[in-house]
Amino acid sequence: MKDPVDVLIIGAGASGAAVAWSLAETKMHILCLEQGGWMNPAEYPSTGRDWEAKFYAEWSSSPNVRGRPEDYPINDDNSPIKVVNYNAVGGSTVMYTAHWPRLHPSDFKVRTLDGVAEDWPIDYDALTPFFEENDRMMGTSGLSGDPLSPLTHPPMPPQPMGLSGAIIGKAMNKLGWHWWPSDTTVATMDYEGRARCINLGHCTPACAQGAKSSTDITYWPHAVRAGVELRTHCRVREITTDENGMASGVVYYDKDGVEQFQPAHVVIIACNGVGTPRLLLNSASNRFPNGLANSSGLVGKNLMFHPYAQIYGYVKEPTDSNRAPPTCLWSKEWYDTDLSRGFVRGYGVQFVRGAGPVFEAVVSEQKGILPWGADHHRIFRKLNGHRLGFSAICEDLPEEHNRVTLDPVLKDGHGIPAPRIDYTISENSRKMMEHALARGREILETAGASDICVNSPIPWGGWHLLGTARMGTDPERSVVNEWGRSHDVKNLFIVDGSIFVTSGGVNPTSTIQALALYIADQMKQRLSNLFD
Amino acid sequence: MSADNQLTRAQRDDLRTIAAMIVPASDEYKVPGADDPAIQADMLATLGRDAKLVAAALDHLARLAGRPFAELDAARRDAVAQEFRSSGGAAAATLVRVVLQCYYRDDRVLRSLGLELRAPFPKGYVLPEGDWSLLDPVKARAGTLRRAP
Repeated sequence: MKDPVDVLIIGAGASGAAVAWSLAETKMHILCLEQGGWMNPAEYPSTGRDWEAKFYAEWSSSPNVRGRPEDYPINDDNSPIKVVNYNAVGGSTVMYTAHWPRLHPSDFKVRTLDGVAEDWPIDYDALTPFFEENDRMMGTSGLSGDPLSPLTHPPMPPQPMGLSGAIIGKAMNKLGWHWWPSDTTVATMDYEGRARCINLGHCTPACAQGAKSSTDITYWPHAVRAGVELRTHCRVREITTDENGMASGVVYYDKDGVEQFQPAHVVIIACNGVGTPRLLLNSASNRFPNGLANSSGLVGKNLMFHPYAQIYGYVKEPTDSNRAPPTCLWSKEWYDTDLSRGFVRGYGVQFVRGAGPVFEAVVSEQKGILPWGADHHRIFRKLNGHRLGFSAICEDLPEEHNRVTLDPVLKDGHGIPAPRIDYTISENSRKMMEHALARGREILETAGASDICVNSPIPWGGWHLLGTARMGTDPERSVVNEWGRSHDVKNLFIVDGSIFVTSGGVNPTSTIQALALYIADQMKQRLSNLFD
Repeated sequence: MSADNQLTRAQRDDLRTIAAMIVPASDEYKVPGADDPAIQADMLATLGRDAKLVAAALDHLARLAGRPFAELDAARRDAVAQEFRSSGGAAAATLVRVVLQCYYRDDRVLRSLGLELRAPFPKGYVLPEGDWSLLDPVKARAGTLRRAP
């Protein structure tokens, strides 16, 4: 049998990397098991002429399309929003837009402020030092002083406004609405060994330059140098427990597919809002018949995605198209509750610079605005390089019927049950999306756009996987406590997006990592009585 | 299996025929059609994981045509193509995407669009900084972050 480790972390993505790095200073024996491998930037799409075609195949954001051995299938037939993710060292930070807003202070008190959902058991101030620490580690760019966002101090200046940003900014000024350069994790100058952004284009599916921060090039090198052991191509099947109801280790399949048992004194799950409930539910035992850490019955429930309402159009002047990171500006004009709009809570907006020629042709043909035949060439030249986009990230409120369960039939390559998603968009969200699309249309028309098209929701827009093992002080209404420890299993922690109580209306990775650092800090402060 | 073997000769003929209907050659823009031999060769060589759906789409096309699609007269081809696009589902969408993704990486086409014939890395692109004074009205308007109790 293997020697036990002090801390075993499952998952090497956004939160797993952060918690590993933070705990490394304790000099405990820390092991991380990751189902994917290290990435090779020389193989990233932007290194080839066929870079756009790869987005439809091995670099699709959907694990079901990619179908790499490192991926697991997801049955999301019963959801209008499909799950997208990436499985590797770095996790989905390898494949994300690097858009970097934080939850707002008001997001932690939605019950108190708006009478919906529940308040978080912690507040924004508890996370502030960890937001700052995380921004330094990931390396953020942006412009401090946004009047409608929490104060940040990005160590690098914002991305250039570019052609698209200027068109959007002018339109927003005409309408008198808020906009601001986005905080991003794209390095705009050389930073901590990473080269600055050279505008390789659509950097969502990985950055060959290394300018976009993913945890394989930020946290992990530091964590490994500090002594953390990272074991790749190891897929955890279940967490085991002992006669006292404590986690005793994990059963996993190694890179050769051989079943292994790794004992551990502490287990930390960092598998995202789908992978984490899948693992907990698959760890059912006689003592925990409904799944591990599930006495509340809430494991897998309250899944929140952020429905994206996207609208785009085409202006006469050229835009940045694929010659820049995809997002550049945000707006918080409609972030907070205004009941006169017909819904509670709100949405953030991210503006999109444009698209590459293949994507433009494929999507426009599907939308019916790019014809077949003789007129194809004239219309394509009107569209290509002229797109501007508006995407609203609508706050998704927790509802127990939106959930992750184990699929009774579908299994991954190791025979582990795949997650099944059952999800519907709420009436509140639909009203929010309609409101956002109307505002987006006003902006685009003010910018002079025509041929306006809508994707609402963005079908393959399930980037943000939240809420399925939420935190709280009441063991009957939450899965982990206010510092990430399972109410039921006192040496089991969760640090990923599944512990979110509500979703806010912004991309969550910054907050996920700040939470992971906060939980690591809480653990370090309580090492002598961690299991009390 | 070689790429050529993934489609039958009849399927390849039909693919070439419908590709030309999607993107015909243009003297005005000095571009080949998607039935150009080099573009067709690219499609066949890179079908990969799309081969099954493209073959299914071509079978559907032939069924709608009642005979090899390539053998239809122009008027009948137009009618069948319209029916194909509306009834072909994911398979037809995949075929169209394969045609377009190979067409819009052809050197002659990219040159006509004024695009550089290279991968984005390592040269990248230059992005204009823009005029940040555009933010002045936003700063002047200010606003207040909603406070939490």
